Amino acid sequence: MSDTENKPSELNEIDIDAIYRESEIQDVLDRLDAELIGLVPVKTRIREIAALLLIDKLRRQLDLTAGNPSMHMSFTGNPGTGKTTVAMRMADILHRLGYVRQGHLVAVTRDDLVGQYIGHTAPKTREVLKKAMGGVLFIDEAYYLYKPENERDYGAESIEILLQVMENQRDDLVVILAGYKDRMDKFFESNPGMSSRIAHHIDFPNYNPTELVQIAKLMLAESNYRMSDEAEDVFAQYVVKRMEMPNFANARSIRNALDRARLRQANRLFNSRGRMLTKADLMTIEADDFLKSRIFSDGVDDNSEDGE
Amino acid sequence: MITNPTGRLTQGQFSFLPDLTDEQISAQIKWALAHDWAVSIEYTDDPHPRNTYWEMFGLPMFDLKDPAAILMEINEARKTFPNYYIRVMAFNSTRGVESPAMSFIVNRPANEPGLGLSRQEGQGREIRYGFHAYATDKPEGERY
Repeated sequence: MSDTENKPSELNEIDIDAIYRESEIQDVLDRLDAELIGLVPVKTRIREIAALLLIDKLRRQLDLTAGNPSMHMSFTGNPGTGKTTVAMRMADILHRLGYVRQGHLVAVTRDDLVGQYIGHTAPKTREVLKKAMGGVLFIDEAYYLYKPENERDYGAESIEILLQVMENQRDDLVVILAGYKDRMDKFFESNPGMSSRIAHHIDFPNYNPTELVQIAKLMLAESNYRMSDEAEDVFAQYVVKRMEMPNFANARSIRNALDRARLRQANRLFNSRGRMLTKADLMTIEADDFLKSRIFSDGVDDNSEDGE
Repeated sequence: MITNPTGRLTQGQFSFLPDLTDEQISAQIKWALAHDWAVSIEYTDDPHPRNTYWEMFGLPMFDLKDPAAILMEINEARKTFPNYYIRVMAFNSTRGVESPAMSFIVNRPANEPGLGLSRQEGQGREIRYGFHAYATDKPEGERY
């Protein structure tokens, strides 16, 4: 790399591999692949962004103009499709590629941006923006910022400040808006300025049952649990049934289901007092722990009993 | 002035140097943030050396990670008070320390008339000396 820095010319060869290794970007992309199941379009886009930033870095080394591309993004998708998780990774990726300086993520919602009385909104929004400088500002459920039915809503003021900073201080922070697809579409329709300032509109697809089972296994492995083979079959059925329920929230529902299964497993082990438990007992979730779910007996979600 | 040939107010750090560029200011703030000091911006139009407490511009800025945020606020302050002294302070809140760790001027009035020496005759032939900022002859807000 050092010889390219001395005399940039067209003849110079640059070692793309060296820069690639140096940025350790492969590391992040590998982790992305390993820890995030499915989400192919999302991963493709992230890879494209990474490539673009890497090439820009190379171009800059050779004194070619490399326009600072806008990196503001919008993540749309159904609940539990991994928008927040990816946003966290995004901060890390952009940091490694040298696009943002600090690489932290500030996650906010409407309440953190919009004030309650006149003159309260601007300082509040600026405060949040300042905190996010050098990193990524993640606005969850961004469509709540704009309430068309209320003309005097302060959300518009917040959007205005956001837009201004998004445009003028592109080098200082990256804004990621997230929300459900249909509502975000409506939000962008009524705020064309916002839509045009966002370079990457990424849609998060729903997971299919096989992916959800894989996700479950990953979640369990993270907390030192595992499913027995039978349990896995039963869980696959469970997932299919659960997907038909109304408020199905992809990976989030899976997490809840697993939490309940752990509850039942603990209960089952507790009731089997009198015999010695092994480490494997403590780690394994059996088919029974899923079969007791009300989804199999009454065809309703467990959640519905406590009125959630 | 004989003692201060540049005719500039010299208070805090770097005040004998030419004005810091935004880049240099950023680098200083980065240092402060790296030490977990809370940075704040203050302004005044009274350059007297004993005028210790200046007005604070906005809120003290805790929990910030990047100097760009503070530079944004500095520029805001410059826009609001183009002809005031504006300084950046870094406060070290470590228990037992709790005092400013850095303080430097980032904006000055275009024209600084400076300070004059005033003498007051006391009892006997005693003389008391004092400083008097020429700018403070005018009321607050109209000084520069």
